[in-house]
Amino acid sequence: MTDTPTPPVAEDSVVRFLRGTRLQHDRVRDQWVIQAPERAFIADPIAAEILRLVDGTRPVAAIIDILAERFAAPRPVIAHDVLEMIASLAQRQVLTA
Amino acid sequence: MTNAPVLPPMSLLAELTHRCPLQCPYCSNPLALDGRENELATEDWLRVLDQAAELGVLQVHFSGGEPMARRDLPQLVRHAASLGLYSNLITSGVLLTEATLAQLAEAGLDHVQLSFQDVDTAPAETMGGMPGAQAKKLAAARLIVAEGTPLTTNFVIHRGNVSRIGRMLDLAVELGARRAEIAHTQYYGWGLVNRAALMPSRAQLEEATRAVEEARTRLAGKLAIDYVTPDYYADQPKPCMGGWGRRFVNVSPIGHVLPCHAAETIKSVPIPDVRTDSLAAIWADAPLFRLFRGTDWMPEPCRGCDLREQDWGGCRCQALALLGDAAATDPVCTRSPDHARISKILADLPETPPPLVYRRYGNAPG
Repeated sequence: MTDTPTPPVAEDSVVRFLRGTRLQHDRVRDQWVIQAPERAFIADPIAAEILRLVDGTRPVAAIIDILAERFAAPRPVIAHDVLEMIASLAQRQVLTA
Repeated sequence: MTNAPVLPPMSLLAELTHRCPLQCPYCSNPLALDGRENELATEDWLRVLDQAAELGVLQVHFSGGEPMARRDLPQLVRHAASLGLYSNLITSGVLLTEATLAQLAEAGLDHVQLSFQDVDTAPAETMGGMPGAQAKKLAAARLIVAEGTPLTTNFVIHRGNVSRIGRMLDLAVELGARRAEIAHTQYYGWGLVNRAALMPSRAQLEEATRAVEEARTRLAGKLAIDYVTPDYYADQPKPCMGGWGRRFVNVSPIGHVLPCHAAETIKSVPIPDVRTDSLAAIWADAPLFRLFRGTDWMPEPCRGCDLREQDWGGCRCQALALLGDAAATDPVCTRSPDHARISKILADLPETPPPLVYRRYGNAPG
């Protein structure tokens, strides 16, 4: 199998959604959801901000830069949150490096 | 009836057909199987998918019977994908070929759940009733993984295969599955008919649970394992379907709209039908869906129970099947006044299993 979840993620990693997994706007409930095999779970607003920037080409560092600027927040704080969220989503077989 | 607003369903179970090359004696289909001549037409299913997406459904599970027995499956998958619905194919795999898989993948299929009856060929084919099925399933799994579609392998557990759970999970990893379900038989319909032949002992259940826990450690990071226990051995009932008319809507091959697979056994209200009403109207207003939605229908001890919004009173079809009253507390619950029935069923399980009653047209008892 080539599409294996790989947990360790660094700032220079490029992450993408595993096949069969995607972020989707749930129009009826006006929320973002992560669609995955046999379950859909709600992406909280922070997860949704991060996942909307996951395009399979952008390195994690670039996602951090964009969010630090967008929220006018210290980069180390954003970096911590983003890396933690991505590691958690990799472990849940949503993202892969 | 509760006055809380009715939330839309998350998932549609589209039971496209009851036709299936296998005859598993624990099949979740009803005893009264629908014939091909009465199945919904393609345009009916396209309309159901439109209405489901409009209503707020996020995922559609194409199931059966064997859903690949319907030639219009790729067309339905393509339509689901165009509506943003996540599509899951629940299949036995015996009709899957490289060509049919390619069609489905191209149509936008998101995920496949492939059933296995066992890890070893002889007991697998005894249970499925189809010689040659195991090789076809193994080939199907390899095709799916090679194509890149995410795969979940499903193993139904009973007294005859409990001891092989560890090897089933090893097989799942070897095949390249991302997830595996170890699901004990649910005792409705055909499973209930075959209960004495299938129900494990308490010691076997404990063995099964240990095997799953051991595999979760051994295979961590390689395989996610979902484990479904047989609720006869639980202290509390399962939250059947996540609550009646709360998360799931099930459409049968002939267009009956149901809160769960087994709900046609409830005869006190009319069965709603997608050929005559819209999914939205049925979900909100059909008496069958309103019957056990929320908590206001509950008798004691459910009504005053702290867990009433966790287990939603358990399973209505189980209460009906075992007690003759769909509105009774699920007898699986230790707080049910009828819980002794469950203890007696378990105490009376025979040493030697009776012959299996295979799931096929015209084979239901009574």
